Amino acid sequence: MRSRPTGSVVVTGVSRFLGAHVAARLAADDRIGRVVGLDPHAPPAEFAHLLDGVEQVRGDAGSASTVIADLEAEAVVHLALATAPDPQHGGRAAMKEQNVIGTMHLLAACQQAPRLRKLVMRSSTAAYGASFRDPAVFTEDTEPREVPRGGFARDILDIEGYVRGFRRRRTDVTATVLRFAPFIGSNADTTLTRYFARPVVPTVLGRDPRLQFLHIEDALEIVHRSVVDDHAGTFNVAGAGVLSLSQAIRRAGRIPVPVLEPGLSAASNLVRNLGRSGYGLDQVDLFVHGRVVDTSKLVSEFGWSPRSTADAFDDFVAGHRGGAVLRREQLAIAEQAILDGIRQARATVQEKA
Amino acid sequence: MTDDSGRPDRPPRKSTRKATPRRAPAQKTNGASRRGSVPATEFTVVEPAPNGNGPAASNGVRSTTPSSNGTAPAPLPPAVEDQPGDVWDDRVARGLAFLRRRLGGDYEVDEFGFDPELTDKVFLPMLRLLYRDWFRTEVFGVENLPANGSALVVGNHSGTVALDAIMLATAVNDRTPNRRHLRLLGADLVFRMPIVSELARKSGGTVACNPDAERLLSTGELVGVFPEGFKGVGKQYAQRYKLQRFGRGGFVSAALRTGTPIVPAAIVGAEEIYPMLADIKPLARLLGLPYFPVTPTFPWLGPLGMLPLPSKWLIEFSKPIPTAHLQDQADDPLVVFNLADQVRETIQQTLHTLLERRPDPFGR
Repeated sequence: MRSRPTGSVVVTGVSRFLGAHVAARLAADDRIGRVVGLDPHAPPAEFAHLLDGVEQVRGDAGSASTVIADLEAEAVVHLALATAPDPQHGGRAAMKEQNVIGTMHLLAACQQAPRLRKLVMRSSTAAYGASFRDPAVFTEDTEPREVPRGGFARDILDIEGYVRGFRRRRTDVTATVLRFAPFIGSNADTTLTRYFARPVVPTVLGRDPRLQFLHIEDALEIVHRSVVDDHAGTFNVAGAGVLSLSQAIRRAGRIPVPVLEPGLSAASNLVRNLGRSGYGLDQVDLFVHGRVVDTSKLVSEFGWSPRSTADAFDDFVAGHRGGAVLRREQLAIAEQAILDGIRQARATVQEKA
Repeated sequence: MTDDSGRPDRPPRKSTRKATPRRAPAQKTNGASRRGSVPATEFTVVEPAPNGNGPAASNGVRSTTPSSNGTAPAPLPPAVEDQPGDVWDDRVARGLAFLRRRLGGDYEVDEFGFDPELTDKVFLPMLRLLYRDWFRTEVFGVENLPANGSALVVGNHSGTVALDAIMLATAVNDRTPNRRHLRLLGADLVFRMPIVSELARKSGGTVACNPDAERLLSTGELVGVFPEGFKGVGKQYAQRYKLQRFGRGGFVSAALRTGTPIVPAAIVGAEEIYPMLADIKPLARLLGLPYFPVTPTFPWLGPLGMLPLPSKWLIEFSKPIPTAHLQDQADDPLVVFNLADQVRETIQQTLHTLLERRPDPFGR
């Protein structure tokens, strides 16, 4: 039943962390013949050495059709999604262009590729939207109740819609959609890791969302397995267990600053208008509603489970010890000091009596 | 429908409260120290003299000179030493360890946001004061709750503010031998409100919807649900103890799909805590609330009007209604409605018998 792609695999988005690492892993796997990275940008120096075994094609999604046709690609791994607008590269408009139009072009090319056997799509748990009537835990068949406010979440809904269409038209292609929880890890660099790396962390007043994380290494593993083995369907990919935001901030030794929700939305707009990439409405929605998914389908299908949310977060904390304001050791020392102080005071009172 | 196991939840506490505060139980072991007129310092640990030649042990009356202090005039132990058996030292140490765990994030939260440590150490002790001393709650039929495994507890809803749900959860925790937690299902309005939503989640609540209910029931939890919803809490005082319509019976289908028994719970006392005389509808609409209550004290007395009246509460759990044999009929509306009616009738009848037992709503 296993159909291994011995031919060529096209990976999009190799100028980014996820794409570069996935391409490198696939290139190192001798079960796979040829790995081609497709990206309009040249990879930065930090990833360049990873891509030694990867053929690189400079080009946007519009050129995907020629690339896929020329290579007679057997598998396409689509990872080129922007999670937050990048003001240096055209902001939200460019982000939407890349996410939605890029995916449309890519899927159009895939539809025309006769030898294509496999499609692996990056998606996000943002696909569940954010509503107060949402169930606490999302399974893969939960429908979003409200169209989310954040740009990334809307893009994800569009993208998943296109994949559904593609599945109908090409039933012979194994399509795997991976709904990733926010990535974390000691060497990941995302909006969320930058957020938790600050000493003082803004939160929404009166909200303590439930969060789940996925260790970036586990994300690579899951993509790799999806390419090598056949796992058709849509899967939630997240670490088991839950951390509440306040708990995560405390574990990281940071200081939370509660802000009124309209204030945070306004601040995120302001930051965006000032041309700095900050927290979008995606983050505000996440910090109001939280997001927890059921990963039992993933675990039973892949026979493997990512490390837990708490462990993934611990790894992040270990890598960002420098910015911690309140460390666990300090708390333990303070506890002992107060306890000793109280004992001393009581002994003194006792002595006087 | 009398229940011989029903006993007052606690003996009247008025008397115990008047007793002199015994801060250091270590003194109790001595027996003599209570008769002595010495104002012993709170923290003194009176060691029972082993050979019987200590002044306290020999004649039963402690010497009034502070120097002897009930023990042989041995030098005091070093100042910073852990004194085993010292209750206050234990408490301080435990309190500090709790604070350290909370501040360091060293606790577990389940996928619904339930924080068992915070609930057991902070919420429930506070609620127990209300439950025991303010409402003098009596509970009957606790044996109808399963010791382990899931059950769907269905209660009547009343009282303008949903204190009855919280008190039901407190009663379940207080009276079950293994201190079970009742996982409440709340209206989405609760989860719309900041702060309130987080208190609800941390104490084990979640949104009333079938996926959440079935998820909790299939993991063996006790789930509490109030099918009357706002029709129940928001009814006026004249309608008291008249069960309202039971919605679409979603709770029944959740129980059927998971094969969980349904335990009807009748709650008497919540109707009198905030007797709602009128409902200012335009104001409610303006604030986006289902009703705006006017009680004898609210809004006239301001914040003081938010104090619940100290009514006498009775809670009775009826015999569980098994559903396992109907598991494949969860989508049959007739089965669902019949079962919902059966639960409703049981609660209504139990309410009447409980009301007969409690002639005076504000009695002892």
